[in-house]
Amino acid sequence: MTVPTRHRRSVRTTVIGVVLTAIMLFPVYWMLNVSLTPQQDMRKDPPDLIPLHPTFEGYKAVLNDQMPYLLTSLLIGLGTVILTLLPAAPAGYALAKLRPRGGGTLSIVLLIAQMIPGIVMAMGFYGIFLNLGLMNTWWGLIVADSTIAVPFGVMIFTAFMSGIPDELLAAAGIDGAGTLRTFWSVVLPVSRNALVTVSLFSFLWAWSDFVFANTLDTGGRLRPITLGIYRYIGNNNQEWNAIMATAVVASIPAALLLVLAQRYVAAGVTAGAVKD
Amino acid sequence: MTLVRADRPQRSPAASRATVSTPADAGKGRRRRRGKHQWTAWAFTLPLVVYLAGFYLYPLYRNLDLSLHHYTVRSFVAGGAPFSGWDNFGQVLHDPTFWPAIRNTFVFTLVSIAVQYCAGLALAVFFNRNFRLSGLLRALFLIPWLLPLIVSSSTWAWMMNSESGVLNYALHFIGVSPVDWLTSPHWALTSVVIANIWIGIPFNLVILYSGLQNIPADLYEAAALDGAGSWQVFRRITFPLLRPVSAVVLLLGFVYTLKVFDLIWIMTKGGPGDSSSTLATWSYRLGFGSLLPQFGPGAAVGNILILIALVFGLLYIRVQRSQES
Repeated sequence: MTVPTRHRRSVRTTVIGVVLTAIMLFPVYWMLNVSLTPQQDMRKDPPDLIPLHPTFEGYKAVLNDQMPYLLTSLLIGLGTVILTLLPAAPAGYALAKLRPRGGGTLSIVLLIAQMIPGIVMAMGFYGIFLNLGLMNTWWGLIVADSTIAVPFGVMIFTAFMSGIPDELLAAAGIDGAGTLRTFWSVVLPVSRNALVTVSLFSFLWAWSDFVFANTLDTGGRLRPITLGIYRYIGNNNQEWNAIMATAVVASIPAALLLVLAQRYVAAGVTAGAVKD
Repeated sequence: MTLVRADRPQRSPAASRATVSTPADAGKGRRRRRGKHQWTAWAFTLPLVVYLAGFYLYPLYRNLDLSLHHYTVRSFVAGGAPFSGWDNFGQVLHDPTFWPAIRNTFVFTLVSIAVQYCAGLALAVFFNRNFRLSGLLRALFLIPWLLPLIVSSSTWAWMMNSESGVLNYALHFIGVSPVDWLTSPHWALTSVVIANIWIGIPFNLVILYSGLQNIPADLYEAAALDGAGSWQVFRRITFPLLRPVSAVVLLLGFVYTLKVFDLIWIMTKGGPGDSSSTLATWSYRLGFGSLLPQFGPGAAVGNILILIALVFGLLYIRVQRSQES
């Protein structure tokens, strides 16, 4: 094959790739487009394929109506990260390196836990929260949201920490560090990547949660952004630019995650499913 | 970042500790250290075990309890609901929604994962050619999977709007009459399947792509030397070697798709009628969808859903085990 034809073929492949990506991302583009479309053009036929007369009315509405929801989601997301890391990181270390009796059973329990439908958990939590008076509280929602991420978190930590060389841990032991100290000052620092991956995903899942929010926190003072959007759709289902503007703002964490931590995202998706 | 196999063979901790004392002494000491070692190991797992008991087992128990009692709103708060055995399950089985919900659940799940898998595989093979920008484009492909479901669902709902949706405009453009995507009982299920396929393609792409990366390059080189065409390479090398990863992605996709709730609820609420109701949305509608909640039957439907998920979940665990050994 001569160099020019190979070059041309490679350019052609890139062009095909760009076209495929554009098709895939069309709904995302459309969300942006509608968020900038003035209300009177919303039902225009044919619709404007690009925002010819962009307006920021929708975003103004977001600033006016949705700020408390966004802050609540931030709070719940951060709380969920902490509540996820607390049991997941030490358990991951134990399963990877300390080999407790019954560890294999625990791993299977975690796999099964991941398969339980959110709606079933929501109904169980509903009963419990109602009896304990935890309904409509932000920390009750943190508890519920963390259940999405904890089994995944343990699996990531276990996979990652079994890659830590035994020699490193033995060296810490020779220097007189106990297991707790070894965990805190050797294992956790070298597991930075796993910590980042688990934190990112638990934040994103808590931020995106709708099932738990819509069953456990419908009447609370602090409600998350997913309910903000849901209310928007229910109440004024005509103002689609405001709805889509909220959707765009609610997508910011996902976008940030992709830009700042792309390699962790791909690793997280894969690690949940295949270990290789 | 590469994640290492969790079951990587380890040097046993006892073997690496050489002791200079007498054999009998060493045996005793080792046993004691072993016991202490077990205690430490359990101390590290304790937070997780407590967590699972409180925040997984207890809600699941509550759910089972709900499905076996006759609960009203009052007894739900105050307690004292009479035990009703399998009544809730019987009621659910004879409900006219039962069979449509079962059928929709399986159609939704099977069609979704079949199309997601094929599209994901084709894209993975395509991206495996590592052309310019391929890394960036692959990252962009993740976006649908990362967006909050309420965002993607409401975007699709607006795109599928009968009067002003861009999808009907596109159909009009190619000369097809408009479709009532979300409001016609014939199309509602198809519509939510389309949106769900869009969300699931990235998951399939990423996992299958990582599977492709693990196929040794010299196999391809050997095939190229033998003059194999690209279809032959795919059929004889790529697809067979990808089979373990495919099994994982399909079974996991099945279990995850089975429990999809947000998307359908936000787009159609399971309607019109029961035309897009699945077990998940039906369970929610029974428990929370009306002013007269039927917690018992709702929980019963939820438990049926768990049962189906478990069957395929255990199958997945078996497949994974057999691949590891």
